[in-house]
Amino acid sequence: MSKNNHFRIITNGILSENPTFVQCIGLCPTLAVTTSVANGLGMGIAATFVLIASNAVISLLRKMVPDEVRIPIFIVVIAGFVTVIEFLMKGFAPELNKSLGIFIPLIVVNCIILARAEAFASKNGVVASALDGIGMGLGFTIALMFLGSIREIFGAGTWFGNPVVSFEPAMLIVLAPGGFIVLGCCMGAFRAIQARAAKMKGLGATPAEAKTSGCGCCTMAKFCKKLEADEDCEAK
Amino acid sequence: MTMTELLLLFISSIFVHNILLSRFLGCCPFMGVSSKLKTAQGMGAAVVFVIVLASLMTWITYNYLLVPLHLEYLYTLSFILVIAALVQFVELALKKLNPVLYKSLGIFLPLITTNCAVLGVAVLNMNEGYGLAAALVNALGSSLGFLLAISLMAGIRERIEDNEGVPESLKGLPMALITAGLMSIAFMGFTGIIK
Repeated sequence: MSKNNHFRIITNGILSENPTFVQCIGLCPTLAVTTSVANGLGMGIAATFVLIASNAVISLLRKMVPDEVRIPIFIVVIAGFVTVIEFLMKGFAPELNKSLGIFIPLIVVNCIILARAEAFASKNGVVASALDGIGMGLGFTIALMFLGSIREIFGAGTWFGNPVVSFEPAMLIVLAPGGFIVLGCCMGAFRAIQARAAKMKGLGATPAEAKTSGCGCCTMAKFCKKLEADEDCEAK
Repeated sequence: MTMTELLLLFISSIFVHNILLSRFLGCCPFMGVSSKLKTAQGMGAAVVFVIVLASLMTWITYNYLLVPLHLEYLYTLSFILVIAALVQFVELALKKLNPVLYKSLGIFLPLITTNCAVLGVAVLNMNEGYGLAAALVNALGSSLGFLLAISLMAGIRERIEDNEGVPESLKGLPMALITAGLMSIAFMGFTGIIK
């Protein structure tokens, strides 16, 4: 594989297939930990570590794993690395571990990691899979830091704990409702920019249109789709 | 825990610490399976069923297997395996024993294995050090809170879908997220009922 191709795998995760804004997966940690930039960064690093490691190991195992039991095996590999990162965090960043709390063990069921294992690592080589892990992890980290920055600046008036604004911050943005509203607005803005860029290039259809259903490439999306289809049949 | 404390825990886990709107657990089905009321209720019912069973199984696993063997740090790995095995088993058992119930809940079961609400409630029970009764009450309350929130959300979304006033770029998921934010503000009003 050429160098150019390696580069493309990494930028893929950051821009055109950004897990948060484009694929819209892994919403729970995105909403819960973005109360401050530092938390977002910490969660991003933890998830990136698990993504790289699990992608590499699953890619190594891909030819030995029987197809029927691949999902449980992927989950065991991921859970192993999550336990490792939990120990590391407890030892080296106890404060961060406390503020991320339950969301560290919940990295196991984060759809981004399982989705990459299923969609990329189980079909590609070790190097490409590790690079895909880096790209997706960076995309996730950047999205978390972006949302964390907005919520910390407007909700608490600080950035990385340093006071930056002169106006009275709106507490609500740091609380639970703010998480939903800020993510909704950012996603809408991201789509509007994408649509405008597509129009300027002279393309008719917007790229966001294909993915309005939301689940993106979550491994479970096919079950969701099936559900909706079944309902439609019954209605007719 | 006394009866009163259990009752308070039950009510607070439904309304005050609502699993979707204040704890952010299980957002994927909340956004993915909430565009039709009937599907949303089916999903909610299946989640109630699985969360209560999974909380029972993980409580037993933690207190009678991991603690005596001093393997507490393996909780993530063992909980997810117990939950995955349980969901598979429930699916098979329902298919054989109660085909009617299987028809209404069965299709939702594979979706639930990797749902963070199930693992989340199990880990919360362990972190809080709940006894068996409290763990089950917390599981029941949290999952009923899930059913309540996802039904409300689906009811609202069914009406938003046909609304011409929603800007093109906000259609679908972004609008659902903003709706969830407004619902979450409404649920903050319950904070005062439990001291």
